[in-house]
Amino acid sequence: MDYLTLIQLLDSTVRLATPLLLACLAGLFSERAGIFDIGLDGKMLAAAFFSAAIAAITGNVWLGLLAGIAASLALSLLHGLASITFRGNQLISGVAINFLAAGLTVLIAQSWFQQGGRTPSLIGGARFNPITLPFAGQIEPMPFIGPLYAELISGHSILVYMAFAAVPLTWWILYRTRFGLRLRAVGENPAAVDTAGVSVIGLRYAAVCICGVLCGVAGAYLSTALQAGFIKDMSAGRGYIALAALIFAKWRPWYALWATLLFGLFGALETRPDVIEALIGIKVQGQLLGALPYVMTVIILAGFVGKAIPPRAGGEPYVKER
Amino acid sequence: MDVMPKWAEVVLVPLISLLLAAILSALVILGIGEDPVAAVKLMISGALGSTYGWGYTLYYATNFMFTGLCVAIAFHARLFNIGGEGQAMLGGLGVALACLYIPWPHWSLALVGATAMAAIFGAAWAAIPAFLQAKRGSHIVITTIMFNFIAAAVLNYILVNMMRPQGSMDPATARFPDATKLPTLHDMLAPIGINFSQAAPANISLLVAIAACIFLWLLIWRTRLGYEIRAYGHSESAAKYAGISPFKITMIAMTISGALAGMMAINNVMGEAERLVLNATEGAGFIGIAVALMGRSHPLGVFLAAILFGFLYQGGAELALWTSIPRELIVVIQALVILFTGALDNMVRMPLEKIFLTLRSLRAPKPERKPVEPAE
Repeated sequence: MDYLTLIQLLDSTVRLATPLLLACLAGLFSERAGIFDIGLDGKMLAAAFFSAAIAAITGNVWLGLLAGIAASLALSLLHGLASITFRGNQLISGVAINFLAAGLTVLIAQSWFQQGGRTPSLIGGARFNPITLPFAGQIEPMPFIGPLYAELISGHSILVYMAFAAVPLTWWILYRTRFGLRLRAVGENPAAVDTAGVSVIGLRYAAVCICGVLCGVAGAYLSTALQAGFIKDMSAGRGYIALAALIFAKWRPWYALWATLLFGLFGALETRPDVIEALIGIKVQGQLLGALPYVMTVIILAGFVGKAIPPRAGGEPYVKER
Repeated sequence: MDVMPKWAEVVLVPLISLLLAAILSALVILGIGEDPVAAVKLMISGALGSTYGWGYTLYYATNFMFTGLCVAIAFHARLFNIGGEGQAMLGGLGVALACLYIPWPHWSLALVGATAMAAIFGAAWAAIPAFLQAKRGSHIVITTIMFNFIAAAVLNYILVNMMRPQGSMDPATARFPDATKLPTLHDMLAPIGINFSQAAPANISLLVAIAACIFLWLLIWRTRLGYEIRAYGHSESAAKYAGISPFKITMIAMTISGALAGMMAINNVMGEAERLVLNATEGAGFIGIAVALMGRSHPLGVFLAAILFGFLYQGGAELALWTSIPRELIVVIQALVILFTGALDNMVRMPLEKIFLTLRSLRAPKPERKPVEPAE
């Protein structure tokens, strides 16, 4: 495998890892606050549809992004209502949200556009287009660094850079701010937070809302940057892979980056069977490679390779003592 | 003491949840510019207006009975098995192996053998997450979700690379031999003079599903094991104190659960398709969640909820055929049912409890004033 192929492979790794990373950080905020969220996939799907739909209608991708975030936020609030206010089962609520998004997006897409559950193809300003970073043209002819800068680092859409910037930001919020400390505390021991006079419900709603915003960006990326338009079920289980990455990352932001990049690499390799064959000398079936993130998560979760311990109060609705 | 009488708990709460889901579904239909009343009429005539419609309704209902029971038995042990989909896929593999590689002399023997294989494959696929939960403490919900994806990948691999007949492009097995053909409702009802539709796929598996409902009722409420499962579900610490092994209950409840999901394959793989295709389960494993929630994890409730969802499925197919409402409407209804009967249960229950409390205090004679405060 030559250098340029490697750069291409890493380039598509970054593209495929971006939605996973955003969704993984979304889940991180929610689960660190003690709200399990298996509805990441549904929220991404809803955001993907609404951002593509609004971008197609208005021709402005930023309005599309806002619409996607709003749709994802609405589902987040529904999840909050069910699991925080009414103390329902968070897992069941997540399952419901996934189905709600899967059904409603196709229903509304058919009603608005009559194209069999898809949006029209997005062109021009209705899409997030690649950004060429400064000096990419000048550096490109240089050996080694040139392709690295021009192909891999430059030339992604703004959302990719936002996603990568979100990692240190998440770390800073969680570990260096008062809000972050309280957020982590509410996922470990909500009673202590309550005793300190801080609202458990308020904190958990805040976490769920951040989760909604990040899922919204992830969904918008799918339909307006990675692809040009919405198609039925386009999240394709990415929300679940993000969930797997979150466990893999042991609920930590920097680990989340590496986990999603790794899963992104699997995704990139799936489309390049020739590279795998050249690399390890045997033919590996794409289907099996696709299942690798799930298998690895099961192994990690079972504690065979390092133990992944979830936030202690995760999944438990908080009831004030009477 | 319970705040609500039993009938309200069993009938009123699910009914109100269902009503809320129905109202919202009607609003959705209105929102996409269609007429909900006409849609319901079309669904009823399409799903229940002919023996053909009934044949499809009962066929879908058979699937949902198996997957609903699968989720229900796990719920009794307070385990959430989202893996019904993957377990049913593996069950399909078991059925295909049994039908293709064993020369059955008669369909009745084939049915017994295929059912056993389906149950074993489904149970094995559920036993791994169960073991990991019981011994290694990994969350069963996450593991069963992952196992759904792994099952899909494994099945895809096996169908494409191993079981596909030579020269065929289709990722599916060869057609099963004629000796394994299950009698349809048409074949079964013809001797007693009922002319049931010949084209409908409902078959003898329906009786197996009903038998499974009865078996599960006996198991949960009439055996020592069922008592232990329920005790474990109500309170793990109390069950442990009573000498009930959490490991044993988790394993048993999940293997039964997986076996039930796997047994769905005798209906959709052996009874209908007569070969194993990709995505044979068509999401029936997930509908089991809605069915079990609506049926309150009781076998009779599951039976009724499965028929309701069978009706919705067939009715939805008719809608997609005759109107511009896509099939995905059913997914929305399914989501709303899960939401209201599962996650937002307290939203319905809390106001109801308040009403019953007020009613009781109105009806009951005022308690005499006592000088001593009751200890609390």
